[in-house]
Parts: sequence; C-alpha cells; structure tokens
Amino acid sequence: MAAKTYESGLEKFNRTSTGVNILINLIFILVALACVIPVIVVLSISLTHESYIRETGYSILPPILSLEAYGFIAKQGTIILRALGVSVLVTAVGTAIGVLLTTSMGYVISRPTYRHKNFLTWIVFIPMIFNGGLVSSYFINTNLLGLKDSIWALILPLAVSSFNVIICKTFFRSTIPDGLIESAEIDGASQFRIFFSIILPISLPVLATIGLFLCFNYWNDWFQSMLYIDNPNLYSLQALLNNLMTNADALARNASTIGISAAELVATMPKESARMAVAILIVLPVACAYPFFQRYFISGLTVGAVKG
Amino acid sequence: MSAKSEQLKKSKRFQWRKQDIELTLLAIPTTIWYILFCFLPMFGIIIAFKNFKISGGFLSNVFNSPWVGFKNFEFLFKSNDAWIIIRNTIGYNIIFIILGIVLPVMFAIMIGLLHNRKAGKVYQTMMFLPYFLSWVVVSAVGWAFFSFDKGILNQFLGNFGVESINWYMEPQYWPYILVLLNIWKSIGYGMIIYLATITGIDSTYYEAAVIDGASIWQQIRFITIPLLKLVIVMMFILSVGRIFYTDFGLFYQVTRDSNSLFEVATTIDVLVFKQLKTATVGMASAAAFVQSVLGCITILTANWIVKKIDSDSAMI
Repeated sequence: MAAKTYESGLEKFNRTSTGVNILINLIFILVALACVIPVIVVLSISLTHESYIRETGYSILPPILSLEAYGFIAKQGTIILRALGVSVLVTAVGTAIGVLLTTSMGYVISRPTYRHKNFLTWIVFIPMIFNGGLVSSYFINTNLLGLKDSIWALILPLAVSSFNVIICKTFFRSTIPDGLIESAEIDGASQFRIFFSIILPISLPVLATIGLFLCFNYWNDWFQSMLYIDNPNLYSLQALLNNLMTNADALARNASTIGISAAELVATMPKESARMAVAILIVLPVACAYPFFQRYFISGLTVGAVKG
Repeated sequence: MSAKSEQLKKSKRFQWRKQDIELTLLAIPTTIWYILFCFLPMFGIIIAFKNFKISGGFLSNVFNSPWVGFKNFEFLFKSNDAWIIIRNTIGYNIIFIILGIVLPVMFAIMIGLLHNRKAGKVYQTMMFLPYFLSWVVVSAVGWAFFSFDKGILNQFLGNFGVESINWYMEPQYWPYILVLLNIWKSIGYGMIIYLATITGIDSTYYEAAVIDGASIWQQIRFITIPLLKLVIVMMFILSVGRIFYTDFGLFYQVTRDSNSLFEVATTIDVLVFKQLKTATVGMASAAAFVQSVLGCITILTANWIVKKIDSDSAMI
C-alpha cells in the first residue's frame, strides 16, 4: 500500500507541467488531424454531387450529400466486381502461399541440427543485400517464367520476403522449446507432421503478424499490375484506380452494358466523384481493419527491429 | 584409433538422416522461389553489359546478344539526366533519413510525456493511417488538393485573392511537397518503432533519476535518448543501405509522371521504370546495375562502420 502511494506520487512528480502537456496535446491533435483529414476529404469528394464539383471544385465538406458516384460505379458492376474479385483473390491466395512459404523456410533454418541450415540461411540472407534490379527481374518474370498478363504475376513475386523469414526463424528459435520437437521426433512424427500439427498451431502470433503484413501488401499493391498486367480483365482495384487517375473516362469506355452509347455515358458520368469513390472502396476495408490489428503490426515491427 | 573416429565422423557427415531429408523437402518450395525470383535476376544483371534484344526467349537472348562492355554505362553517364537523377535520388534520401529519424524520435518522446495515455493511443492510431494507404490512393489524395481547377489548395488560395497555381507544372514547389508527403506517410510507422523501445525501458532508471532530482528534460537527455541510440543506429543503417533506392510510388504516382517535374522528381527507380516501359533496355539495365551494385556496397559499408563504432548494433 505504501509502495503504491509512493509510486503514484513518483508518477505525479515525474510529470511535465500542465502547460507543457496542453502544448504537446495541441501539437499531436494538429498532426493527427493532418494525417486523417486528407482521407476524409477524398471521402467527402466521393459523396459530392458531380454538378457541384463542376461549378466550384472539390470541397472539404460536401454541401449536399449525394451517392451518385457510388450509384454509378455500382451500375458499372462487371468492371468493379471483377476488379474487386481480382483484389480479393490475389490477397487471399497470396497471403496463404506467402505464409506457407515463409514459415516453412523459417522453421527449417531455425532447426540447429539441420544439415543445410547454413546454406539455406545464406539463400535467405543474400537477397537482403543484393538484388538483380528491376530490369532483369522484369525479363525473367515475363520471358522466362511467362508471367506477363497472368494473375500469378500479382501473387508470386511478392510472396516471400527475407525479412519475414528471419522474423519467423527468430520466433521459432526463441519461443519453441527444443524438447518439444525432440520428443515428437522420438514418438516417430515426421518433420511435416511436426511442422503442421505442432509448430504452426502454437505459433499463431507470428502467423498473424506475417499474414497481416502480406495481406496489406497484396491489397495495396499496384506496381505489379502496372508492370505485368495489360489485360483490363485482370485489373485489381488499385490498377483500376491507377487507370482512372490518368484517364477519368476509363470506366465509361468499357460500359456497353447499360444500353446508352459510350459517348453519352462519358458526357454524363460523374468522373471526378467516381474516381474518389473507387479510392474509398480501396481504403475503406483497410481503414476499418487496421485499428483492430494495430497491436499485431506493432509486435511485428518491433520483432523486425530486433536483429535475427 | 583417431583415424577411425575421423573416418566415422566423415561417414556421418555424408549420411542423410531422416530429419535432414524431410526438412530439405519442406524447404524446397521456398528455395525454388528464391532461385526463380531472387537469384536468376542476379545473373540476369549481365544484360547491362550486352546489347540486349527484347524479342524472343530470355536465355537465348542473354547468350546470343553481343557484349558491348561499358557502352550502356557510357551512354547513361554522358546524358545530362544522369546527374540530375543521382542528385535527386541521394538528395531526397538524405533529407528523408534525417527527418525520418529526428521527427519520429521527437514525437515518440513527446507521446510518452502525455498525462493521458488513452489520448496517446488515439493519436498513434490516427498517425498510423497514412502508412496503410497505397501510393495510388495517395495520388488521388494529392489530386484532390493540387488539381489546378478543382483542387482544394487553389480554392483556399483563391479566398485570399491569390491566383491559382498549376501545381503539376511548377517544379519549385515539389521538393517540399514530396518531402512533406513522405513524412506524412511514414511518421506513424517510425514513431511506433521508437515508442516500442521507449516503453521497453526499465522504469527503475527513471525512478533512480527522479530520486536524484533529475528534471524531465534531464531524464530525456540522459536516459531515453542514450537508450534509443541502438534502434536509431539500426534504422540509420537500414535507410543508408537503401540510399540508391527511392519509393517509386512517391516520385512517379504522386507527381502523375508530369514532364514539367522531371528535374525535381526523377530518381533512379523512375528512370529505370520509364525506360523499361519505352523499351530502351540498354540505359535502364545500366542504371539498374549501378543501383544494385552501389546499393550492396553501401549496405556493407554502413554495416562495417557501425561495427567499428558499436559491434552490437551491426546487422551482419
């Protein structure tokens, strides 16, 4: 009891003055708002009626709320749905493949008695220091592996990162007792069995961390699309938005489904707000999800900052 | 006797245990991935010394295209652009490295001083948001502010009677805009890394300091900052090692690849990408080669220097 009052007293004594506290709060309120407001601006533009944008331009708060842009992109169903489908598929498949490849390699190089541990560690480590660069990667991927205009071009090149493998290795090495694996070996379990039914189930924290990193990476990736995808049917949401940023009519060009001519559609479509509406479609799941997963990210980032 | 045990050891070394076979099988998929996506491109780097033709199969092309020695490099370095591009790449990186350490450390220390921890969590979450946006989305955000006729900035300036500025055509503003956007996107991430270290500091240090009568500022100077040093050095090596690489999205997407901004927004990555897209492979592969090799050298040098200063902080 006495100790407690001493500590809280210490805490009080340790504090900055109220004035300084208010000042710091003010600074943080400004910075935090500066981080969030631009996204809110995009949201409000997507909710602004197109005619208003044409008259006065974008505004921070929409004078009249309008769902016109969302109605329009809903009508463009096939394009948006397809892009959404590509994004979801790439994210799901990519995350699954990535987690599997990363953790299996991390497990193998975490086994101190494994014969080729050093060799494989170098295989993982060298790409952290040296890489072939964009040009030769591009030619290998398109000419040799035939990934041009293939959905695998969006998935495979991003699946493994040496950083993640080393995070996994460190985790397995430091949290899983050797005795557990040895006793399973004595019981006659194969390494596959040990990995899939013993190691993975007790490694949920690291699986969650790496899975989340991969998930956000895949969802946010636009560069692979830009490099390897020319076929509009394989556009992800990011690629679609990228296309809309350079060419606001891109949505209308593919819209022969609604019965009016393309020219008419281009003239009447809410170009500006539709563009921002697609941006919101991309941001919304991310913005809703990350506050809940923030602690996993933080643990992942800090594991990453500790050397393997 | 000793010869026999030696022999035994040798035969043991060449004998595969069940465990080794299974672990090798488990590692094969990822090893294949590494060979295909990391090691093959490393050998593909020789196309920088060749007159590479794009059509046809890759391997036969690499073997059949004629060696041109350093022609591609001559071509690259003789162009006036080379120096602009190197200046941009290194210049921006130096600014990003300095601000990317100073500001997050400052904010991390400040957030630790707040009386109200809950408010700190809220600020942290809000500041982390830009980190999760893709550059395509950021470029849409940028467009909302910088668009000439509809942009919010021009409307805002209009209120004060300032004439509209065609932002995407005026290079003089972009160094500031690019630096600002980079900080905006990365500040939450940096802050969290330093904050994690600060919260991990043993509180008895502070207690002892308080008993000795240290003020808050003295505590920051003599406890927090020295204990942050390790992480700061680590982050410093990581970013110095990537000094020849830039965030392609920042320099290409956000500037909307505007030709007027060439002088202030073209970095090595942007040049390589643009030339790859226009199929001028020679210069692009030379630039990519310079980037990979110098990048490797800088990582190793930075690590070596850090090892000399403080062997515990070194990465390798």
